[in-house]
Amino acid sequence: MALSGLDIYKKLPKTNCGDCGVPTCLAFAMKLAQGQAELDTCPHVSEEAKSELMESSAPPIRSASIGLGEHAVKIGEETVMYRHEKRFENQTALALLLSDDMDDDEINKKLENITKIEFERIGLMLSADLVAIRATSDAAKFSALVEKVSKATEKGIILVSEDPAIMQAGLKVVADKKPLIYAATIDNWEKMAELAKANNCPLAIKGANLDEAADVSAKLTDAGYKELVIDSGARDIKGILADQVNSRRLALKKTFRPLGYPTIVFANEVSDDVAMQNMVASTLIAKYAGIVVLSELDAATLYPLMVERMNIFTDPQRPMTVEEGIYEVNNPTAESPVLVTTNFSLTYFILSSEVEGSRVPTWICIHDSEGLSVLTAWAAGKFVPENIAPFLKKSGIADKVNHKKLVIPGYVAQISGELEDEMGDWSVVVGPREAGDVPQFLKTWSPAGEKEESKV
Amino acid sequence: MPVETVKETYTGKVREVVLGSGEGEVKVGGQTTMPFYTFEGDMPNKPKIAMEVYDETEEWSDWAKEPFADVIDDPPSWAKKCQDTYKTDMVTLQLRSTDPNGSNTSADDAAETTKKVLDAIDIPLIVMGSGNIEKDQEVLKKVAEVAHGKNIAIGPAQEDNYKAIAAAAMAYNHKVIAQSPVDINIAKQLNILITQLGVSADNIIMDPTTGALGYGLEYTYTIMERLRLAALQQNDDMTNMPIICDLGLETWKTKEAKVGVDEEPTWGDPKTRAITWEAVTANSLMMAGADILVMRHPEAIKLVRNIIDSLS
Ligand code: SF4
Repeated sequence: MALSGLDIYKKLPKTNCGDCGVPTCLAFAMKLAQGQAELDTCPHVSEEAKSELMESSAPPIRSASIGLGEHAVKIGEETVMYRHEKRFENQTALALLLSDDMDDDEINKKLENITKIEFERIGLMLSADLVAIRATSDAAKFSALVEKVSKATEKGIILVSEDPAIMQAGLKVVADKKPLIYAATIDNWEKMAELAKANNCPLAIKGANLDEAADVSAKLTDAGYKELVIDSGARDIKGILADQVNSRRLALKKTFRPLGYPTIVFANEVSDDVAMQNMVASTLIAKYAGIVVLSELDAATLYPLMVERMNIFTDPQRPMTVEEGIYEVNNPTAESPVLVTTNFSLTYFILSSEVEGSRVPTWICIHDSEGLSVLTAWAAGKFVPENIAPFLKKSGIADKVNHKKLVIPGYVAQISGELEDEMGDWSVVVGPREAGDVPQFLKTWSPAGEKEESKV
Repeated sequence: MPVETVKETYTGKVREVVLGSGEGEVKVGGQTTMPFYTFEGDMPNKPKIAMEVYDETEEWSDWAKEPFADVIDDPPSWAKKCQDTYKTDMVTLQLRSTDPNGSNTSADDAAETTKKVLDAIDIPLIVMGSGNIEKDQEVLKKVAEVAHGKNIAIGPAQEDNYKAIAAAAMAYNHKVIAQSPVDINIAKQLNILITQLGVSADNIIMDPTTGALGYGLEYTYTIMERLRLAALQQNDDMTNMPIICDLGLETWKTKEAKVGVDEEPTWGDPKTRAITWEAVTANSLMMAGADILVMRHPEAIKLVRNIIDSLS
């Protein structure tokens, strides 16, 4: 179990030399205890103390990074079984599998998919993260494909071969891009470990089952390897789920080091059916996979997976927000209605979806209410006339329309008078409370109309 | 060396609830572990699919209507098709047309439709009102009456109308669906209130209010996990009812399930996208503890069925 800062301090040199970047050994010990520092940062700690402390200073599930720069993908470092206990930290990375026995057309098409398929959602770009490249025959063919992929995309790479010689050939091409080496097995782990060390790359372990994976992992852990990724060998979803749950639980509850690493799952080996692979991925995004490998990427099926991942990995304590500003729905004109609401992403999504469904061209002004929903934001003073009015004036909405009518959510009907005072010559109309009633409201809206009675 | 796994010991159990009558009885719930954790507990009943039948299909996309083109204007034939062709476990009759802000059809019409649907199928029936507080009381009372002896489930019973709806369910021996607004405390409170009326806790199904994928899924997901953990780990007998997710309706009204290629050219084939949107929503909610999945499209259902079978 984790040591306290004081326990750690006792084992440090106590010279306060500051080489670790923190002024005192005690301060450094505190950081270690909170998981904010790595023991290696202190160059003076004795080997003996090191091995004693290593156990307690490392997070229960370590992280692994694949790839470089802005395309680097970090997985692992999870701290809870259920997202409400804190949050899930690093989202499941999705990988597309290429194989060196595929023909050029297939490879080109897949490479195009991995680079082209992306989606924008609340200002974030969503896309697949990694390319897994599988060797089937000889080193030359493999390294040629690795070279091709590495030129075509900046995304992180997983090199898939159990033959150390072939792996070495692949690494020769892309070692500097920090690919994941897949995989060390009970038979080849020493050679694969050497390659991982020489090239400073993360290393995946593949066991025949969870026991064997843990055995290999224990050997590598003892040898000082930190960036490991685990494949328990299960190829049926029932077995995979059990391994995922058991590994995470052992790592978190028992600090069982050999399984304290992120995981990788080959959904393409669970089923040949692409739609089924997608369901497997969906299950494992919710249930703890670090990486899921798929055999195909199709926009229509990838988008739902990406959104599931976004939902599950949202910090429950910090709701997603959309950027403040004016959003155009259904190509609005100068005569179109103007709605204002908060920047809680759910509020925005539900409202914009209803407005789109209504086909009524509309301006939606999104005010930064720190991610709170309408009523909560109003109660917290984040969606009140004193800050809505300045936002609207600054937003430039007045230049986009030829009327001066503003629709506010029904839940804050009480601010309409005061908002009208703040807005000068604008009139404020109270809209419906529920987004579901907005389409009907919009269909009867007119810029010239009298100040309408809201039905809610 | 074998890894010694840590088994979670759950003290509680999800209530087993029986729907339907005679040969057509179906059980839900009854598990002693988190969804599909069969390595440490029992899951006697797999999650069930309750396919939707509508009394009105305004503004449905072509790909939503397609499988039902031959039955779309006739709820009894539609229900029969769900039973015979798509082998659904149950049917959910969605009485959308009763909404006073919509077509506002009468409670008598709703009862008539319910009766005909019941006559067309042998499997259990769930009847959902429009969600309108006042109207649902009137509609579901009549529905409960005509369905006497069929052991159906009626809902949603909400904080503001649970008395009338639970009373109707009790009077005619049905199950009541208690709907809470994505709030664990209200979910529990509503169960307590309904049992205080005299309804047995074994006759309640919880509806936590479903957020579709991209539209609040994570809130529903986490409330469900917390409800289930309270039931299993703390043996809380007021949160241990089976959970229903009314997800067909929520999924298919999202933009992602509706827009065509012309509007969103980079989102892929709209039919596949919509079906996957529903399947992924259902699958996620199932992993959080759903016992009954109210679903629409046969192809989405097929995917969910496959994964249920592989997981169990
Ligand atoms: S580098 Fe080591 S010895 Fe120096 S202050 Fe930091 S912890 Fe103490």
